[in-house]
Amino acid sequence: MPDRRSPAEGDRTSSDVRIEGVTKRFGGFTAVDDLTLTIPAGSFFALLGPSGCGKTTTLRMVAGLEQPTGGRILLGEDDVTDLRPYKRPVNTVFQSYALFPHLSIAENVAFGLRRRGVKDVSRQVDEMLELVELGGFGRRRPGQLSGGQQQRVALARALINRPRVLLLDEPLGALDLKLRRQMQLELKRIQTEVGITFVHVTHDQEEAMTMADTIAVMNAGRVEQLGGPEQLYERPASRYVANFLGQSNCLDGVVDEVGGDGTLVTVQGCRLRIPGRHGSPGARLSLGVRPEKTVAVPAGEAPGAALGNQVPGTVTDVSFTGLSTQYLVRTPWGQEISVFAQNAGGERRVAAGEQVTVAWRPEHTFPLDAAPTEVAEQSGASVLAEARS
Amino acid sequence: MTAALTGHAGPATDATDEEPPRPRRWYTPYLLLLPGLAWLAVFFLVPMVALASMSLQTGSLGQGYRLTWEWANYSEALSTFGAQFGRSFLYAGAATLLCLLIGYPLAYAIAFKAGRWRNLLLILVIAPFFTSFLIRTLAWKIILSDDGWVVDTLRAVALLDDGGRLLATPAAVILGLTYNFLPFMVLPLYASLEKMDERLLEAAADLYANAFTAFRKVTWRLSLPGVVAGTLLTFIPAAGDYVNVQFLGTPNSAMVGTVIQSRFLTVLDYPTAAALSFALMVSVLVIVLVYVRRVGARDLL
Repeated sequence: MPDRRSPAEGDRTSSDVRIEGVTKRFGGFTAVDDLTLTIPAGSFFALLGPSGCGKTTTLRMVAGLEQPTGGRILLGEDDVTDLRPYKRPVNTVFQSYALFPHLSIAENVAFGLRRRGVKDVSRQVDEMLELVELGGFGRRRPGQLSGGQQQRVALARALINRPRVLLLDEPLGALDLKLRRQMQLELKRIQTEVGITFVHVTHDQEEAMTMADTIAVMNAGRVEQLGGPEQLYERPASRYVANFLGQSNCLDGVVDEVGGDGTLVTVQGCRLRIPGRHGSPGARLSLGVRPEKTVAVPAGEAPGAALGNQVPGTVTDVSFTGLSTQYLVRTPWGQEISVFAQNAGGERRVAAGEQVTVAWRPEHTFPLDAAPTEVAEQSGASVLAEARS
Repeated sequence: MTAALTGHAGPATDATDEEPPRPRRWYTPYLLLLPGLAWLAVFFLVPMVALASMSLQTGSLGQGYRLTWEWANYSEALSTFGAQFGRSFLYAGAATLLCLLIGYPLAYAIAFKAGRWRNLLLILVIAPFFTSFLIRTLAWKIILSDDGWVVDTLRAVALLDDGGRLLATPAAVILGLTYNFLPFMVLPLYASLEKMDERLLEAAADLYANAFTAFRKVTWRLSLPGVVAGTLLTFIPAAGDYVNVQFLGTPNSAMVGTVIQSRFLTVLDYPTAAALSFALMVSVLVIVLVYVRRVGARDLL
C-alpha cells in the first residue's frame, strides 16, 4: 500500500504506532496483507471494516497476541515486533471484556499496576473508577455488573496503566444501541481527557465516524482508504469505501473531454461534469454521488442553475423515513438511483410513477474506480490508479 | 338456563387460549423430595445410627450385644490403633499430593492442549475403571514383585540394594493409592479448567503478567474449586482404603481401613470396628472442614 500516506507520515516523531509491511497468514489464509499504517500520537484512530477484513488481527499483532508472518511493528522508535505481550506498553480492551471473574472490580483494575510492582494502588484505582463513573463499585465482582458497567471496568483496567497506546477491540459490540451511543461519547470524552492514543476496531461505520479523528477502511487484509471521517465520506476513493460508508450512486461512463473546469463524462448519453482532471477522452470512468446530495424534480421543470448534472428517470418507490423521504428512480437504461430529500418542510413531493429529473451539483460528484472487470489502460489515470492500489 | 350455559362456556373457551392456573399445593415440593429422603434414610441414616449404637455396645457375638454406652470402646480403639490411624492419614495425604502433582498437568494438557485428542485422553483417564479395583491393585503387586522387571532394573542401576524390594514398602502402598485415585483428581480438575475462558490469559498477558504469574494469579485461582474437589475425592477414600495396603504393604504397616476390615470380618469385634469407623469418619470430616476453611473455598463447594 505505498500510495496511502497518513497526514502525519512526514512527521515521524509524532507517530505512536507504525505498522510496516505487516503480513499475517493463518495456514493458507492471508488475514493481513502487506499492511503499512502510521497512527499519529494522541489520535483516536479507527480501523473500520467488515468481519474478516483483518482489523482485529492487526490489533492483536500490535498487542503482541499474534505474531506477524512478516513485517515490523514499531511503537514510537522501538521495534516491538518480537516483544512478548506483557512487555509491551500497550493495553487492550477486549471485545468480551475478559474481566477476571475471581477478582473484585478494584483488583481487576489494579491487576496491571500490581504486576509492575506498584505498591499503593488504591488511590489510583479509585480515581480510575471515578473516571469511568463506577465510583463505589470496587468491592463487587464482575458477575454482579451489567454489560455496560463491565465494559467500563475493562476500559479502566487498561487505562490505569497509562499505556502508550490503548487498543479497543469492538468494545461496544455487546451493548444495546442506546448504551452504545452513550459509550461512544463517553469514550471520546475519556480519550480527550487522558490524551492517550486510542486504536479502535469496529465494523460499525457510524461508530467510527462519531469517535475517530482518522479512519482506516480495511478490506481483505488491506487498507482501502485512510483519512478523516468527512474526507472519507465526501471523497471516497473506491467503490468499496463509497458503499461501506453510507450509500452511493455509481454511474459508469466514458471520459468525453478533459478541461480546465473539470472533466466531462458521458453516461448513457447524459453529459455529467466532475471537478478536476481525470483520465483522457475515451477512457472509462465511474462517477459517484451521495443520495442526499441529489434532488428529484418533475420532468419539464428546471432543477436550478447550480444543479448542472442531470439524469432522467421514473420514480419507482417512495418511502418516508421521518428524517427524509427516499426515492428510487429508474433511469432509461435500467439503473436505480437513490435520492434522499430532507424533510425540512415545504419541498414538493413527487409520486411513484412520475417522470423526474435527478439533479446534483457537479462538485458533489466524486470519481470512483471503474467496474472491477474494466481495467483502465490509461497510465495517466492517476486518481484511478491510486484508488485501486 | 342460558346464563348457566354461557357461564359454563366461558371458562371452556378460555382454557383453549391458556392453561388455567393450577392450584399449587404446598406439599408438592416435599412429595418430590420424598424418594430422595427415603433413600437417604434407608441407606445413610439407618446404617449410621446402627453403627453409632454398635460402637457403644458391649458383649460378644455368642452372648449378644447390649447398648451400654461404653465410651471406653473409643479410647481403647484409638489407643490400640493410633499408629494405624496416623499412617492412614499420612499415606492418604502423600497419595493426594502425588495425585495433584501428576493430575494437574494432565488435566491442564487435556483441557487446553489436547485439541482433537481431548475425548480420547479423557476416555483413557476413565478406562481403568472398566477393570475391577482389586484386579488393578493385584496387577501392581505383580509389577512391583521381587522378581519383576521393575525391581530388576532398579537393582541393576543400583537405585535399589540387591536385597531391596518395592513390594511391602510404604512407597508401594502410596503408589497404589495414587494410581487408584488419580482419575478422581483429574476429572474435577479437568472440569474446572475446561470451563475457563482462555482469553483471560490473553488479558493477563496484556496486563504485564508473564506466563508464570498468569498461571498463579488466574489459572490456578480459577481452578481452585477443582483442586478442592479433587483433593477431597482422593483423600477421603484413600484414608479409608484397605485394599492397597493389604496387597502392596505389610501387616505391620496396616492402615485403619485394614483394622476395621479385620475387626468386622475376621475378629468379629463389632464394637471396636464400629468405634474405629466412626472415629475415622469424624476425623476426616474435621480435616475436610479445616482444609476447606484454610483454602477459603467454602463458597466454591
